[in-house]
Amino acid sequence: MPARHYKITIVANRCKECELCINICPKKILAKGDEYNAKGFRFTRVTRPEDCIGCRLCEHICPDFAIFVEPSEKPEEVIAR
Amino acid sequence: MAVAKRPIIHPVDKYLRTERLPHVWCPGCGIGITLHAFMRAVKELEDEGRIDSSKILFVSGIGCTGRAAGYVNFDGAHTPHGRAIPYAMGAKLARPDLIPVVFSGDGDLVGIGGNHFIHAARRNMDVLVILVNNMIYALTGGQVAPTTPKGTYTTTTPFGNPDRPINAVKIAAAAGANYIARWAVTHPELLKNSIKKALPMEGFRLIEVVSICPEIFGRHIGFRAPIELYRRLQKVVKIRGKISPFEATYDWEKEIILGEFQVRNEPGYTRVLMEAFKHG
Amino acid sequence: MSREADIGFLNSNHAAAEGALTAGVNFYAGYPITPASDLFEYLARKMPKQGGVIIQTEDEIAAINAIIGASWAGAKAMTATSGPGFSLMAESIGFAAMVEAPIVIIDDMRTGPSTGVATATGQGDVMQARWLSHGHYGIVALAPFSAQEAYDLTIKAFNIAERLRVPVVLLMDYVLVHTREKVRLKKPPEVEVWSRKKPRVPPEEYLPFKPDEDLVPPMATYGEGYRVFVESLVHDYRGYYVTRDDVYEELVKRLSDKITVNKHIVLDHVEYYTDDAEILFVAFGSTARSVLSIVRHARARGLKYGLFRPISIWPMDTDALLKAAENARKIIVVEMNYGQLFLEVDRVIKDKPVYLAPILTLDLPTPENILEVCRKWL
Ligand SMILES: Cc1ncc(C[n+]2csc(CCOP(=O)(O)OP(=O)(O)O)c2C)c(N)n1
Repeated sequence: MPARHYKITIVANRCKECELCINICPKKILAKGDEYNAKGFRFTRVTRPEDCIGCRLCEHICPDFAIFVEPSEKPEEVIAR
Repeated sequence: MAVAKRPIIHPVDKYLRTERLPHVWCPGCGIGITLHAFMRAVKELEDEGRIDSSKILFVSGIGCTGRAAGYVNFDGAHTPHGRAIPYAMGAKLARPDLIPVVFSGDGDLVGIGGNHFIHAARRNMDVLVILVNNMIYALTGGQVAPTTPKGTYTTTTPFGNPDRPINAVKIAAAAGANYIARWAVTHPELLKNSIKKALPMEGFRLIEVVSICPEIFGRHIGFRAPIELYRRLQKVVKIRGKISPFEATYDWEKEIILGEFQVRNEPGYTRVLMEAFKHG
Repeated sequence: MSREADIGFLNSNHAAAEGALTAGVNFYAGYPITPASDLFEYLARKMPKQGGVIIQTEDEIAAINAIIGASWAGAKAMTATSGPGFSLMAESIGFAAMVEAPIVIIDDMRTGPSTGVATATGQGDVMQARWLSHGHYGIVALAPFSAQEAYDLTIKAFNIAERLRVPVVLLMDYVLVHTREKVRLKKPPEVEVWSRKKPRVPPEEYLPFKPDEDLVPPMATYGEGYRVFVESLVHDYRGYYVTRDDVYEELVKRLSDKITVNKHIVLDHVEYYTDDAEILFVAFGSTARSVLSIVRHARARGLKYGLFRPISIWPMDTDALLKAAENARKIIVVEMNYGQLFLEVDRVIKDKPVYLAPILTLDLPTPENILEVCRKWL
């Protein structure tokens, strides 16, 4: 049975603020955050994890291995460093 | 290498020297997208038991793209500019159980290394060549590349590029490669599928990846934001099934044809050579 | 094989090829060039029968890079060429030095510069052998003067390459490679055959560029789970590019120092009548044969001539040279170029005159040719 919810992990210190994921997300649930990472980039944040459809376009377009999507029990944003 | 701490977070981290991340590539660079697709293909193949990643030999030349070899957790090398193919060939012929992959830039592979490219394809040498075509010499700061569209202003063609761009797909086809495809970073899933198909094959396999280099190429042509260059690329690429590699147009102004243009299963050079030596 | 069958009547190319086979060569890549082609052709017939791989590449650049790749894949790898091809290999000689790939390169010297005379002899590649590539690195060059030495020194070249993980150049010349002579094809255990050190730790603990006490790091082989990254950029013990002064300095010094601290396995020379020599000749390769004839004739007439013949040209045994020159009034360097080995001899000998006798003939010089140039100092 396909999962209904998704957990989106942002690997904060790898993000370079290119915004490809933000622009490509068909549900427009990603946005530039306010917080800066170790390299001075404002990493992507998930605004509405509950709207994620699990298409993983953001994951596959990310040149920096900085975002990935997994099925989960509940909609969730995780910030890893 | 456990000597350095190697954090594992992302699904493909197993195949990366993660202690070296973030990598050197600029924001929005298509090299990372291509490498990511490669990693996913390897992961799927290994998960399906179809490949042993400890046999992968990942070789790059010099350039931004060439830096890839330093981030992957495979056997590999960062060779002199243009020399990845002969290096990989030597290793493969000396140790036939290796799975050589050459991952490098357009300047590296079809500029300075063009002769090796032609002859490896002619021999049907067992190597998967992933040619990341960002249409520019990026590492050195934006000089014209053999793939640069005619007329483009670059640092060494300040009056516009007078040269016609090279079409690597046609060259590989003329020389006799087993597998030839062209994809773009706008289609990472199709790219991954193509890599997954080509990696376990034998003989010479070319996957050209039309990439985006927002920082250097994008700047020259007025598409500085990654997404703008991405959209511009998206507009010009067209996927065509079942056409000859000789019809695979590469024209940044009109159309860049994507697809799988040649799939053959002729014996690879390693096998041919060993067969010939048997009669020695 | 009877004892008799161990004797070959070979030119130095074929003798070197036999030496390579005895040393265990199992990968060869090359591109045809006079006068090195018949070495390639000889091995092309023999290597496949012994399980080796031998290929003709599209150029010498491919050849050198292929043997470096093969070396990291565990092969004993070599190529052979002549000046023009050697020049093309320049960049990757430095690559081999930088990534510490054991390889052997035979350079059959012909006249230069440029295409020169393809079918004439010369010794103009002495400095090229030392400084062909950019940057600072260590390299070993050996120079035989007979087919027997071509055989013996090719084995030694492989042994040094394997033990020190350096490129080793065998400098031969047109005359040598076209002179057939008796060669005794010594086999182990009469000759030693060495292989590189392998890692003694599991892959997780292995640091590919961390040297042992002898300054040479153990070498993993591709495909054995070590996931080793071979980096042409300045790198640390892991093989990772770093731009730190300490890492750069340690690496560049070690690439040279590992030869110096292990020089006992490299240094090699032969002295003839040097004990009381008043006139000391220095010559190598085929030229040394003509010089030796001069020295012998002079001795027969009671003249105190001697010859110092370096076999390891890079590095040269400079202590032995100084000692051989102790009683000499004059040192005369005879070579078939316009002064290359001379520069090294002149650098070493500080307290007496060192003269250059450049022999710029297209054929092997006769003793008379050489005497003509040297007469003013004799
Ligand atoms: C022999 C040699 N010539 C020139 C250079 C300088 N150089 C480094 S990378 C490069 C071009 C890189 O372009 P490409 O292969 O397309 O890779 P990119 O950086 O675009 O990924 C050049 C000319 C070099 N390193 N070696």
